[in-house]
Amino acid sequence: MNGLAPASRISKTSRFPAHPIAGLAGTSFKHEHLRAILGDDPMGGFFEVHAENYMGAGGPPHDALARIRRDYPVSLHGVCMSIGGPRPLDKAHLGRFRALVDRYEPALVSEHLAWSTHDTTYYNDLLPLPYTPATVSRVADHIDEMQETIGRPILLENPSTYVLFAESTMSETDFIGALVQRTGCGLLLDVNNVFVSATNHGYSALSYLADFPLAHVGEIHLAGHTEQADDEGDLLLIDSHDGPVADAVWNLFDIVIGRCGPLPTLIEWDSNIPDWPVLKAEAAAAQAILDHQADSHHVFGKAHAAG
Amino acid sequence: MPQDELQSGDPGRRFDYAAALTPGLLDPDRAPPDAVSGPNGKAAVKRYAVYRNNVTVSLIDALAASFPATLRITGPDFFRAMARFHARETPPTSPLLFEYGRDFPDFIERYEYARPMPWLADVARLERAWLDAYHAADAEPLASVALASVPPERLADTVFVPHPATHAMRSRYPVVTIFAANRRDRPVARIEADGPEDALVTRPDLEVFVRHLPPGGAVFLDRLMAGEPLGAAAAAAFAERAEFDLAANIAGLLQAGAFTAAHHGGWA
Repeated sequence: MNGLAPASRISKTSRFPAHPIAGLAGTSFKHEHLRAILGDDPMGGFFEVHAENYMGAGGPPHDALARIRRDYPVSLHGVCMSIGGPRPLDKAHLGRFRALVDRYEPALVSEHLAWSTHDTTYYNDLLPLPYTPATVSRVADHIDEMQETIGRPILLENPSTYVLFAESTMSETDFIGALVQRTGCGLLLDVNNVFVSATNHGYSALSYLADFPLAHVGEIHLAGHTEQADDEGDLLLIDSHDGPVADAVWNLFDIVIGRCGPLPTLIEWDSNIPDWPVLKAEAAAAQAILDHQADSHHVFGKAHAAG
Repeated sequence: MPQDELQSGDPGRRFDYAAALTPGLLDPDRAPPDAVSGPNGKAAVKRYAVYRNNVTVSLIDALAASFPATLRITGPDFFRAMARFHARETPPTSPLLFEYGRDFPDFIERYEYARPMPWLADVARLERAWLDAYHAADAEPLASVALASVPPERLADTVFVPHPATHAMRSRYPVVTIFAANRRDRPVARIEADGPEDALVTRPDLEVFVRHLPPGGAVFLDRLMAGEPLGAAAAAAFAERAEFDLAANIAGLLQAGAFTAAHHGGWA
């Protein structure tokens, strides 16, 4: 454990309101929705942004994010730190990430269990890694370095994967559990990724969830996927983020929230982006499930106290 | 960090999974790496191809997002084929995708199928400059009246500080006219311009502006941006184009928000 308190860098010099994020549903923030969001009734949820899109020096991206951050909790989601890569982290990128955290005081900060840069090339995809004691050690060092740089814990996201490594000696859930133990990081549970990987590798999503360290989950992701076929003609799911959340993923989400209580939940929709009302309605569907669970937890708590 | 940590269960072999996985990501003729498979020994040709496809398509999409006028001129099929060649030959070196595409205009210039459109590379250069202005640091531009307080005898010594978004671009083609016609959603009318056009890109506040620079304006602005005083920059502009209009150029640059400050009299 590194003993970092959440949001420890948020100080009396905060430039934005503290907007709590607990129990809220949110959506990816897309620049083309800015006008619709500002002209709409307040959503009451939160927005998540890809950190790298706000690493320019200035201009409209920062103006838009500052406007959103004034009115809503914001979750900062890193896409390309290459935490899961075998090479050292990019110091310049770490510095940019820290500057964004300092500037926008996000409610949540997350990154992926994946890598995207090798040597001098950035591949712009979330690439997989083998699960071994050696890679646990390396990835844990990367998480430590990132957490120390930004001065707060991150949430690490479970990946969607399409291949397995002969090299792997650990299950993904054991691997993630070991990282939590080593680094004190929290987890971002992407329920669609669980469903996609379980389908692609022929295991049960429910048994994955049973093995997942749910007590450390600080955020949920939900997204759409598409269907292809593998070399044997079997179903191969692609984590495409280009459509509505599948029914099977909603069902798993319901189960997760039943076990964990109402966690901040994001609808990710990154291509074929719909008009704002469609995205907002998807978040409202997630919020209804969160509110239902919040009510039943509340009722259970009261009954318990009365008894 | 000791390299030993990357060693696999086989103590004699160092398993660098990134080195194993990456070569085929940009080369569709390569077989999937031996290190990966599907579950229970299933094959990984289509599975590995998901990653290759994600890499290629997302980089093509990134170029399409950064060069919308170029795409509109060529049409999507032509553009995506051209962008695919470029992405495989010159993938990004930065994780910031808005930095990607700096080499794309030069690639377009060499691209065999783009030869009938010799002006296309310059349109792409202007789109790249537009994107740099969009992400440039914010700064308050120098007010148009700023030079009114400069004593006339000091004007020639005045040195300007360029705004971070300011960029001058010279072209042998009517690049500003073609750019402007293809960055809107409206139908593109027949473009009558055929002479060279130099461009000025500025972003005084949140909106990026692209304007024509008048004759001699590009060399004048280049010299000012390099820190030369007004007198020397004007002399260079006159030397290139006798019709260079100093007063109109200064007024135009100030009105466009090209500078953040002016110093004269030994940086007073």
